[in-house]
Amino acid sequence: MPLIAEEIEGKAGVSDPMLPQACRVAEIVKETQDTFTLTLEPREGESLARFAPGQFSMLYVFGVGELPISISGDPERSGRLVYTVRSVGQATHALVSRGPGEWVGVRGPFGTAWPLDEARGKDVLIVAGGIGLAPLRPVIYHILRHRDDFVRLLVLYGARAPHDLLFRKELTSWSRTPDTQVLTTVDYGGVAWHGRVGVVTTLFRHLRLHPDQTVAMICGPEIMMRFVISELREIRGIDAGRIYLSMERNMKCGVGLCGHCQYGPYFICRDGPVFPYARLQHLLERHEL
Amino acid sequence: METLERILAQHPFFEGLEPEYLKLLVGCASNVRFDADAYLFRQGEEANQFYLLRHGRVAIEMCEPQCRPVRVETLEKDDVLGWSWLVAPHFWRSDGRAVEMTRAIALDGKCLRTKCEQNHDLGYELLKRFMRILEQRLQSTRMQLLDVYATHR
Repeated sequence: MPLIAEEIEGKAGVSDPMLPQACRVAEIVKETQDTFTLTLEPREGESLARFAPGQFSMLYVFGVGELPISISGDPERSGRLVYTVRSVGQATHALVSRGPGEWVGVRGPFGTAWPLDEARGKDVLIVAGGIGLAPLRPVIYHILRHRDDFVRLLVLYGARAPHDLLFRKELTSWSRTPDTQVLTTVDYGGVAWHGRVGVVTTLFRHLRLHPDQTVAMICGPEIMMRFVISELREIRGIDAGRIYLSMERNMKCGVGLCGHCQYGPYFICRDGPVFPYARLQHLLERHEL
Repeated sequence: METLERILAQHPFFEGLEPEYLKLLVGCASNVRFDADAYLFRQGEEANQFYLLRHGRVAIEMCEPQCRPVRVETLEKDDVLGWSWLVAPHFWRSDGRAVEMTRAIALDGKCLRTKCEQNHDLGYELLKRFMRILEQRLQSTRMQLLDVYATHR
């Protein structure tokens, strides 16, 4: 495996999107029982491509496989890339088993970004479920760095159980910043859990939304996003054009060539992963897709 | 000092309710307070109240097979707790326990049922409001059943 890393090391920085750049694992942090955050750094003297919140990379575990993983770090902290990965299969398990100093191949960043320009001057409503908070964390970092550009930051976050909640310290710290409301809930809790219990849509009743002044960004399991969109549109009066979501499919090439991630007329890797809901509305209603 | 009638009128559950109905309801209402960990009701007990929560948080708990309690929902300020008083045979279907010190207005279900039998307009108005709550809870329960964050999906 190190041989492969060395082979590609010298070629990093070239613009071929199919060629991975070898990066070292600088740090790995266990977030929950099965979810880890990896920080990757380039070889000395090399730089990393900048990314926009919402974009993803293809991470290559040499000899095991390549995975599309959203970037979960601060877009303005250059020189490192941060990914939050849930270990659910062979490749993700191999990825989170890398130790500091080990090599990972990185291609990208690829895909579309969250609509931060459109959200400027408005309330930003972030609704995340499970590991869906990871692709939205760069948006939160951006808003907190440019606080005057936005009005309220509203974060609704749901997880399966208390021990599945990601970034708990950050959630608390975000909630203490001005004009920011962070509400978390879990689907099931034991008696030791003193926080909220209920599905993520139950959090909406604690918010006062201004539908014409709100841009909503949603990421989580597709079923959860459907429930959230239904709540936003039918009960909270938010127009379809103000709702954005991040989609997930089996991405392979990352650049819209192989067709693995085709979703109706779109390739998720190239045309997404972030889509305006209005573009996907007709597809989301079709069960066979 | 806030009167019970004023508190009822300001609670979202009774938003827009005719003053004449509020006057009828207030006769069945009382202020209550529960310390953290205190039970508001236990599964199988007669259900003769519902609560308009004003402060704090209450957990709805169900027993797993070995009777280890699981919290399936929490309710807090501005929420309505309890519908079993309305549906015969009027028994609580779960435990309700204060997660933290909780203040609420308790409405006496027997008193309300009598008033609803005497005044069907009031009864219909209450039913409409409870149906909305039940529909929301049913939708949430369906979403919970889907277990959307499970690894096997």
